Amino acid sequence: MNTKFTTDTKLESEIAYFENINLKLESGDIIDSFKLAFKAYGKLNTDKTNAILVCHALTGDQYVAGNNPITGREGWWSRMVGPNKPIDTNKFFVICSNVLGGCAGSTGPKELQNGIDVAYGGNFPSVTIKDMVKAQSLLIESLNIEKLFSVIGGSMGAMQALQWAIDFPDKILNIIHIAGALKHSAQNIAFHEVGRQAIMSDPIWKNGKYFENNEVPERGLSVARMIAHITYLSENAMHRKFGRKLQSRDIISFGFDADFQVESYLRYQGKSFVERFDANSYLYLTRAMDYFDHDETFRKNIEFSHNPNNHLKYLIVSFTSDWLFPTIESKIIVNQLNSLSREVSFLEIDTDKGHDSFLLEEPQLDDVIKGFLTNNFAKIDE
Amino acid sequence: MNKINSIRKDWSLIETLIAQDRKILDIGCGDGGLMEQLENNRNAITHGIELNRDLAANAIARGFNVVHGNAELDLSQYSNNSFDYVILSQTLQAMMKPKDILSELLRIGSKAIVSFPNFGHWKIRLQLLISGKMPVTESLPYTWYDTPNIHFFTIKDFLNLCNEMNIVIEKSIGLTSKGKQFDISESVTGVNFFTHEAIFLLSYKNFEPIKIKSSKKVFAKNSVIAN
Repeated sequence: MNTKFTTDTKLESEIAYFENINLKLESGDIIDSFKLAFKAYGKLNTDKTNAILVCHALTGDQYVAGNNPITGREGWWSRMVGPNKPIDTNKFFVICSNVLGGCAGSTGPKELQNGIDVAYGGNFPSVTIKDMVKAQSLLIESLNIEKLFSVIGGSMGAMQALQWAIDFPDKILNIIHIAGALKHSAQNIAFHEVGRQAIMSDPIWKNGKYFENNEVPERGLSVARMIAHITYLSENAMHRKFGRKLQSRDIISFGFDADFQVESYLRYQGKSFVERFDANSYLYLTRAMDYFDHDETFRKNIEFSHNPNNHLKYLIVSFTSDWLFPTIESKIIVNQLNSLSREVSFLEIDTDKGHDSFLLEEPQLDDVIKGFLTNNFAKIDE
Repeated sequence: MNKINSIRKDWSLIETLIAQDRKILDIGCGDGGLMEQLENNRNAITHGIELNRDLAANAIARGFNVVHGNAELDLSQYSNNSFDYVILSQTLQAMMKPKDILSELLRIGSKAIVSFPNFGHWKIRLQLLISGKMPVTESLPYTWYDTPNIHFFTIKDFLNLCNEMNIVIEKSIGLTSKGKQFDISESVTGVNFFTHEAIFLLSYKNFEPIKIKSSKKVFAKNSVIAN
C-alpha cells in the first residue's frame, strides 16, 4: 500500500493520504482516493504491542487529548487520555483519527472532490460505520501496526469498536465499548431525523451547496445540535444544573427571549457547534449511525467469524441515566457474548449525567478503564 | 508463580474440589478474590457475576471477566455446559428461588459447588429453643427484618432437595464452628447438629442413553427428511 503522510500545520494534525486505493463502500460506491486526519500520542514500543485506537463519537474529532486548534480548547477526552491518565500515554501509543465523512481534515463532504476543485457537499457517497472502520484499518496497517491492543469508544465510537470486533478480530485484542448498542433504535433515528430536517429546512442549506457562496446553514445546524444535546443529558441532570432558574434577569419577560438558563445554555451549545462542525457532515454521520444494525447478525457474526475471535476480550459499560443508549442495549450484547462463552465484562455505572457521562467526570469509569487496560496489558507482556 | 493463600476458609476447601485448567463461573464473585486464587493455583479460566456495583467495578479493574448483574435473572444467558464448575458460595440462602438456581447451576456447569451456612447447627437450634426469637449468629449475623438471607435450610433439607432433583453429591465437606473439617457423607450421626458450614460438589446423575436395537440402519427415508 502506498500511503503518504504529511503534517497539516494549521490543523496541527497528521494526514494520511491513500491514493488510488479504490475504497469500496458498503453502499457500493467507490472512493478512489481519500485522506484521514489523525493524532497520535505516546510512543509505540519496539514489539508494537501497545497501540490503542480511540474512536470518536458523532461530533468528535482526532483531538482526543492535548489542545484542539479548531476550538482552542482541550481535546474531547483529555481527562481520559494523556500521561498518567486512565488511558496512559506514558504506557500506550494512542491513535485517534477523524472518521471518514467527518469535517476535521479527513475526506468528507467539506473536502474537495478528487481531481475537481469543488467540495463534495451532497455528492459525497453515503458512508457507514463499517466503512469508517475499514478506512481506520488501512491507517493502522499503513502505520505498520499488525495488532491493536485495544479499540475504545463511546456512543458512535462504541459502534466502531464493535465493528472492529466483527470485521477485524484478528487485528485487535480487546474492545472497550461505552454507551453503545447493537443497533440505532427507532427513537434515536427519530431524533436524528428531526436534526437533519432542521438543517435541510434552512434556506441556506441549498441541497448541501451552501459552501458555494461561503455560507453556513447556521440556524438549521444549531437547532439540530440543540435537539441532540437534550438527548445527551438526563432530566435529573438538567434539573440539577438549571432547574427553572432565570438567565440574567429577575423576572420573566413575557416574551421569547432566553428567559431560562436552560434555554440560554442550549442556544450557546447550538451557536458554538456551528463554528466547529460542517452541516453536511452532520447529515452523513447521523445517517451512518442510523444504518448501524447488528441486532440480528451480531451473535452469528461472532460465532461463525472467518477470522479467529476467541481471544477477544470485551469491556461493556453503560450508564443508569442514559436513555439514548440505555443499559438494556448493552446487556443484549453481554448476553449474546456470554451465550458464546466469550470473555466479557460489564458494568452499569450509577450516574444522573445521561449519555454524555462517558465524556464527563465519572471516577468508576476511569477506574475500570485503567484497570482493564493495565491488567490485560500485563498479561500479554508476561 | 507463588501459591495464593485463601482469604476465606471455604475458598481453600473449594479449591481442593477443583481440577487443574478448568473453566469456572463464580456467582457472587465479589472483587474477584476466589477467581484470582483459582487462576493462580489451578490455572483456571474464570468468569464471574456480581450484583454489587462497586465490587463488580473492582473486579473488572483487577482484570477479571466479571459481569455486573443479578444471577437470578442473568444465568439464563449462559449456554448449557459452558463451564466445568459453577460456584455458588454462601448465597443459596439469599436467592428468591433456590431450587431454580440449583438446576441452573447444573445446566450451565458440568459440576456445581455450593456452600451455605447450616441452619440445623446446634447453636441456632438452641437459640430458637431458649429465647424463642430468630437466631442471630456469627455466620448468620442479621436480624430477621434486615437480612439478605430469605431461605433458611439445614443440611438435611439440602440433601432431600438434591435427592428429589436427581442431583448426585460427589463430595461434601462440613466445617464445625471451630473450623474442624470432616466428610459429611461419612459421618452419619449428628452431622446436621455440628456442621456450621457445608460445601457440596454436585453433578447430575448420568443416565445411559436408551439404545434401540434394530436390524435396519435407516430409520427415516431421505425423502421424508427433505420434506
